Amino acid sequence: MGEDSLHDYRGGLRKALIDVGADIGDHMRVESRGRVYEGTLMPRLESEDDRHIVLKLRNGYNIGVYFDEGTRIERLGQAEKPEFRPPPLPETQEGLPRVSIISTGGTIASRVDYTTGGVHAAISSRDLLSIVPELSDHAIVDADILYSVFSENIESDHWSGMARKAEEKIQEGAQGVVITHGTDTMGYSSAALSFALRSLPVPVIFVGSQRSSDRPSSDAATNLVGVVTAAATAPFAEVVLGMHETTSDTSIVFHRGTKVRKCHTSARYAFQSVNSSPLARLVDGEIEMIAEDYRRRGEGALEVMDGFEEKVALLKFHPGLRPELIDVLVDDGYRGVILEGTGLGHVSEGLNESIRRAIEEDVILYMTSQCIWGRVDMDVYTTGRELQMIGVEPLGDMLPETAFVKLKWALGNSEDIDGARELMRRNIAGEYTDRTLYTGEFG
Amino acid sequence: MDYEKLGLKVGLEVHQELATKHKMFCACPPELFRDDPEYTFIRRLRPSQSELGEVDPAALFEFMRGRTMIYEANRATSCLVEMDEEPPGELNPEALDTCLTLALMTGSQPVDEVHVMRKIVVDGSNTTGFQRTCITSLGGSVEVGGKTYRLQHIGLEEDAARKIADEGEVSRYRIDRLGIPLMEVATAPDIHSPTEAEEVALAIGWIMRATGRVRRGLGTIRQDVNISIVGGALTEIKGVQELNLVSKVVEYEVQRQVKLIELVSELKRRGVRESDLEEAFIDVSDLFSDTQSRIIKGALRRGGRVLAVRLPGFAGVIGAELYPNRRLGTEMADCARYGGGVRGLFHTDELPAHDISEGEVRALKENVGASDQDAVVIVADDAQKSRRALEAVIERAAEALKGVPAETRSANPDGTTYFTRPRPGAARMYPETDVVSVVITQERLRRLEASLPEMPEARLERFKADYGLNEKLARQAIDSDYVRLFEEMVRADEADPTLLAVTLTETLKSLERDGVQTANLGDDSIRGVFRLIRAGNTAKESIPPLLIWLSSHPGGTADDALQELGLAMLSKEELGMLVEAKVSENREMVERMGVKALGPLMGMIMAEVRGRVRAEDVQALLREALASRARG
Ligand SMILES: [Zn+2]
Repeated sequence: MGEDSLHDYRGGLRKALIDVGADIGDHMRVESRGRVYEGTLMPRLESEDDRHIVLKLRNGYNIGVYFDEGTRIERLGQAEKPEFRPPPLPETQEGLPRVSIISTGGTIASRVDYTTGGVHAAISSRDLLSIVPELSDHAIVDADILYSVFSENIESDHWSGMARKAEEKIQEGAQGVVITHGTDTMGYSSAALSFALRSLPVPVIFVGSQRSSDRPSSDAATNLVGVVTAAATAPFAEVVLGMHETTSDTSIVFHRGTKVRKCHTSARYAFQSVNSSPLARLVDGEIEMIAEDYRRRGEGALEVMDGFEEKVALLKFHPGLRPELIDVLVDDGYRGVILEGTGLGHVSEGLNESIRRAIEEDVILYMTSQCIWGRVDMDVYTTGRELQMIGVEPLGDMLPETAFVKLKWALGNSEDIDGARELMRRNIAGEYTDRTLYTGEFG
Repeated sequence: MDYEKLGLKVGLEVHQELATKHKMFCACPPELFRDDPEYTFIRRLRPSQSELGEVDPAALFEFMRGRTMIYEANRATSCLVEMDEEPPGELNPEALDTCLTLALMTGSQPVDEVHVMRKIVVDGSNTTGFQRTCITSLGGSVEVGGKTYRLQHIGLEEDAARKIADEGEVSRYRIDRLGIPLMEVATAPDIHSPTEAEEVALAIGWIMRATGRVRRGLGTIRQDVNISIVGGALTEIKGVQELNLVSKVVEYEVQRQVKLIELVSELKRRGVRESDLEEAFIDVSDLFSDTQSRIIKGALRRGGRVLAVRLPGFAGVIGAELYPNRRLGTEMADCARYGGGVRGLFHTDELPAHDISEGEVRALKENVGASDQDAVVIVADDAQKSRRALEAVIERAAEALKGVPAETRSANPDGTTYFTRPRPGAARMYPETDVVSVVITQERLRRLEASLPEMPEARLERFKADYGLNEKLARQAIDSDYVRLFEEMVRADEADPTLLAVTLTETLKSLERDGVQTANLGDDSIRGVFRLIRAGNTAKESIPPLLIWLSSHPGGTADDALQELGLAMLSKEELGMLVEAKVSENREMVERMGVKALGPLMGMIMAEVRGRVRAEDVQALLREALASRARG
């Protein structure tokens, strides 16, 4: 426990605990409303009130004991400090491919943190290696903590950092790179690295978990073993995202970094390839290619283009959206806007004037669809044709999130708008597909 | 057995499923399904670290067994929460209220704030790998037979998935039951005999049912029994499904521990020490190349090996009966099964047998250098598994030198038990941070206090006094699913209390035994039947046929049943004509016997129209007819 392990005990209760010199893990005696409790002082969550002391009873259960001015708190003794003791690391097996694990945070590398009651990044990928010793059957693994960031706090600077770290690892001889990441924005990061890592010679695989690794049912270990195996042996050399394919623990599926989206808030199978099939899957330790057209391992020399323009927005159209929102972006110096339009790629006519002004001010605007599945087509209805005449370009079947990342990247790596426009039109990392295939009712 | 002298201590944990509207952490109904599953999914579990950084030994043990789980589900009874694909919702307030009600009934002190914990269970019965559980009150007591038994706590936990099958290393579970609220009462180890244990279990079950929120049927109430004697160890026996099996379970476990303690002295007398037990496993496959044993033949054919280990000084000890049909050898086999995943083992105390010849046994003993004092255990399976199995056997043999191992066992339907896993260490609990803690307010307790159900004993007295029921009938009525209906109807004077109580308990039970779907009987059906009786439209003998008809015609009314079955009362005229006809038909007998013919004639008429007449009416009419004939 840290310096201020009591920090979520607040107010008078906090003072009372400090007065008796109590620390988390200490053995306590609490007399409250005429009853006496003995137990180990446990942390309190910040979301809970300041009227209850959490004690772990001898039978292992926690209870909250009411606190007010009449409560008597006594510290009976110092208990053993909770301490994380990871099991020893497995021995490396020479001759196996080298795989680098880069940790950025998220639930794949975490334990319960009592400061928020949620799941925090608390252990390194190295700890994971000791917890998941079978990793050493598939590769010689080295692990680095690059960041300890919640995925919702990841920004484009982090993307650049990840790209540079991956480059460093590949230069050092890694035959595959695994990046552990919180799942919420992992799709954005996988798109970002898909664009940033050009002429990739080895696979770079993002992985996360939807069930924290502190629980026996966690998908973290299965996912990690799956992606490390793929990083070591897969024939493809692309930026992909590997997670559970279904609710079962039996297969890990690899989605192309530019075509993947988190489509479920909580399930293991949250990630889906949109408007394309996944690249490959891993079943019983064997890679099975699904896509026929993919970049092969070992081709080319890595080049990193890791500039990302900060002033790009992703704007979801909704009924009643006011044009002032676009004006604000333009006035604030934004250089690009991805519109997430309705249906085939439409927004209200009421926005046309603001869009026209934006384009006159050298802001580039692109159209994607909030339908998620399917491609935009701005030639079918008048609204679409008008928008195109004003200067809004359609982005085919590109995901809005991927389009947003790509525009940041295109502006970040071009001398001028025309260069960016040119990059936007080119299929850089499989973000466009030519044909929309029937893949069942959804997905 | 002199239980007092043995220092027997028994503690009970009684678990009762609650019939709340929803499950404990989601909006699914607390119901099971019978049909084929709509979908299945496959998972594995691995041990996780507690906040103290230790891996729980029980958890590790299960993981080492390499279990794979297949879960069966349908959409009517489970959602993503049970699949561990969605975080749990808030703790079901109705279930919590039921526990607090029970606390108020037993003087158990509600905690000020309820914290839900995760209790590690990695046998696959919980998709998460833990069971969500909490303490809702501390202390309290129940009175049984004039003695007071202290409660340790009342708790609330989620029920586990139902095991459907064990197929080698694959366990098949159905997740419909997962998440049904289980109310738990844990007693202090204040119980000192098997009979007491059963009485206390029954009493607790009765108070739980008095809350009016419990699920009924087999498996909805389960006991864990913690048993120890002086010099023995605390054994936790899980899953005793029948309350009246509790005494048997306690009796057997005492026998088992007493015998195991005796074996320690015996082994000591023989001078056996733990250091004599060596993990020296000898491959004796060659000795069995021509064996008649189908088990060994099969194992060898599949590429397995026969491994043997010598247990010095154990001759006769492994075969010693602990309690009916269970030996130390049985316990070693349990350990081998769980430690190595093998089907079983053979030991020399039981050989020659199972088609293993005397010659083979002799060769086996010779081969491992076993004297007459020694026992030999063999396992025939995959070499790796056999090795792990024998390691477990050695471990169990070492325990036998010390006495009774602290372990968790499961109950068989006959009251015997089998080894499930070592007793879990203290690190098996950690906070369930996905569920917010609940402050128990004074207002909430006051509200529950105001509508507290009657204690069962008080209710029993009232039923006897107010409704004139005898002890047995009163108990049955209170225990019945229809107790509320019973009171409503009797208070509204809709039925005679005794007749209604008999109908709602014995009659329904006997119909159920005959396969009648009594679950289809709504309150309206029962009210309808009694309305007919009250109005004199039919007689009480018609109750069973009417209920049978209503059970198979959901939606039909009691009047429909009466019509369909032709059970309406005969009118005065109809009955008069029937009596006249019978008297005329039997003129000869009437002339011979005079008024004494009333008995036989009564029998004939009742046989024909039972349920459609009142016996008093028949008797009166007959008497009149016979009298007038005598006069005439
Ligand atoms: Zn549910």
